[in-house]
Amino acid sequence: MQENSSVGLVAPKIAHFTQPLTLKSGEVLPAYDLVYETYGTLNADKSNAVLICHALSGNHHVAGKYNETDKYPGWWDNLVGPGRPLDTNRFFVIGVNNLGGCHGSSGPSSINPATGKPWGAAFPVVTVEDWVASQARLADQLGIEQLAAVIGGSLGGMQALQWTISYPERIRHALVIASAPNLTAQNMAFNEVARQAIMTDPEFYDGDYYEHNTVPRRGLRIARMLGHITYLSDDAMGAKFGRKLRDGEIKYGFGVEFEMESYLRYQGDKFAGEFDANTYLRMTRALDYFDPALAHGGDLSAALAKAKANFLVVSFTSDWRFSPARSREIVKALLDNERAVSYAEVTAAHGHDAFLMPDPHYHDILRNYLQRIDTGSAS
Amino acid sequence: MSSAQNIAKFSQFRQDYAIIANWLKFGCKALDLGCGDGELLRFLQSSMEVRGYGVEKDDGNLLTCMQNGINVIQMDLEDGLSGFEAQSFDVVILSQTLQAMHNTERIVQEMLRVGREAIVTFPNFGYWRNRFQLIAGRMPVSRDIPYQWYDTPNVHLCTITDFDKFCENHNIRVKERLVLTYGERINFMPNLLGSLAMYRLENK
Repeated sequence: MQENSSVGLVAPKIAHFTQPLTLKSGEVLPAYDLVYETYGTLNADKSNAVLICHALSGNHHVAGKYNETDKYPGWWDNLVGPGRPLDTNRFFVIGVNNLGGCHGSSGPSSINPATGKPWGAAFPVVTVEDWVASQARLADQLGIEQLAAVIGGSLGGMQALQWTISYPERIRHALVIASAPNLTAQNMAFNEVARQAIMTDPEFYDGDYYEHNTVPRRGLRIARMLGHITYLSDDAMGAKFGRKLRDGEIKYGFGVEFEMESYLRYQGDKFAGEFDANTYLRMTRALDYFDPALAHGGDLSAALAKAKANFLVVSFTSDWRFSPARSREIVKALLDNERAVSYAEVTAAHGHDAFLMPDPHYHDILRNYLQRIDTGSAS
Repeated sequence: MSSAQNIAKFSQFRQDYAIIANWLKFGCKALDLGCGDGELLRFLQSSMEVRGYGVEKDDGNLLTCMQNGINVIQMDLEDGLSGFEAQSFDVVILSQTLQAMHNTERIVQEMLRVGREAIVTFPNFGYWRNRFQLIAGRMPVSRDIPYQWYDTPNVHLCTITDFDKFCENHNIRVKERLVLTYGERINFMPNLLGSLAMYRLENK
């Protein structure tokens, strides 16, 4: 039987950076931390490193567990491990929490060394380009000159794409999954509603709620509920909940009556208890601002002219938030530049969430592509 | 091994592939529509160093292409080739897929929009064995048309004469036409004696 197991117990590490980072906005981060995890072994010539970029609510904890008793493993555990599509017997896999995050990397909820207090609203707005620049510095610190691959879904896919533009010499393969070359107006509109929910929460205090020992829970909860609706397809919601009633009867009130409501409230509550609202604002803004074609008069092909990587682009048929048509735009721009590119349009019912699901065909696509990546002296 | 040797070696089992390779310029940029498991593209890459992309709809074939290291784009040819710029390929190939296309006119026009040249191959319905089976009262089943009438992807079978007329009526110039029967070239009465038709096409 083919080996297929989790990476097991893991522990996060912290990288400190003292060289100031000039952000796209012009603001400068004088120093910062990035929290990251690694799985597998970096080979002698450091040619087998794969960076996983996270999406809106993700973090560095991609695979494995911290303790045997952890209820859940990392967020993309089904992808990473010995014998899994991203095989840690071959690859050295890096997960990193992006700047502005709330899981250990410098962000609005971390302490600003200049004031000794949480950054709060003062933490700058960060972009996909800034993240990629900071990730490159992490690669520097790990002694990795060139990544075998960068892989990401959704906002993570945008980072993989940006890597090929920012550091064409430092990335051999980009796996851009359930992503887009920029957000449509409708897509940005969902982000704006989410931000408004947070920012109009009385507990928000203009982003400095830490000082008031509170969090804008209600806003964050609604933002997450909205997000969840857009990550699922109509069919997936229908199959999962339909019009099922939780207690089997209509009560003519406004409590939780339908299963769908129960699910959304549960997801909202869970998220509001563990995620930082200021981080949510910044992650959605990074999504909004990502538009590599903008500097080239809207010409994505021109934006990708510098790219040297080989590409795998994957979309999912029922994903309406990052639709296959948007992935095809990326493919078209890569074809225009005669880049090596393969494109898979996976028939899936789960909507945007499909990129995190262990669908066998989807995983075969990733496995087949990753298997052909040369890892030099890797065992 | 030289490319000529490579072609010779391979041609023992796929004469049509060898002919396609001979029609291509070394290192040219090619698009193979309905590329299947990527066998033709792999051959063209190794023999002619073709910079190739395949287009394929089927999930299983897509996986095989990826295993074979073929650049493969998953899409349905019936939707046209809008994802490809005009004149962005040296050659666009449609190998034994024409007869399975619903929108035949559109795909041939699209091939000649995207490619400076198009290569189309198809089983000749006018081949005498096919005619013979029809005269005997049955729909033809043969090596090149290996399907029962009730279970076939083929919807637009045609003869060589039909396709010649099609090109004439659609302002398409036939640069070259080759007809094969079991790997042998047929020059005499090709529409009767040939089982596989191969065309190099360009816009007039």
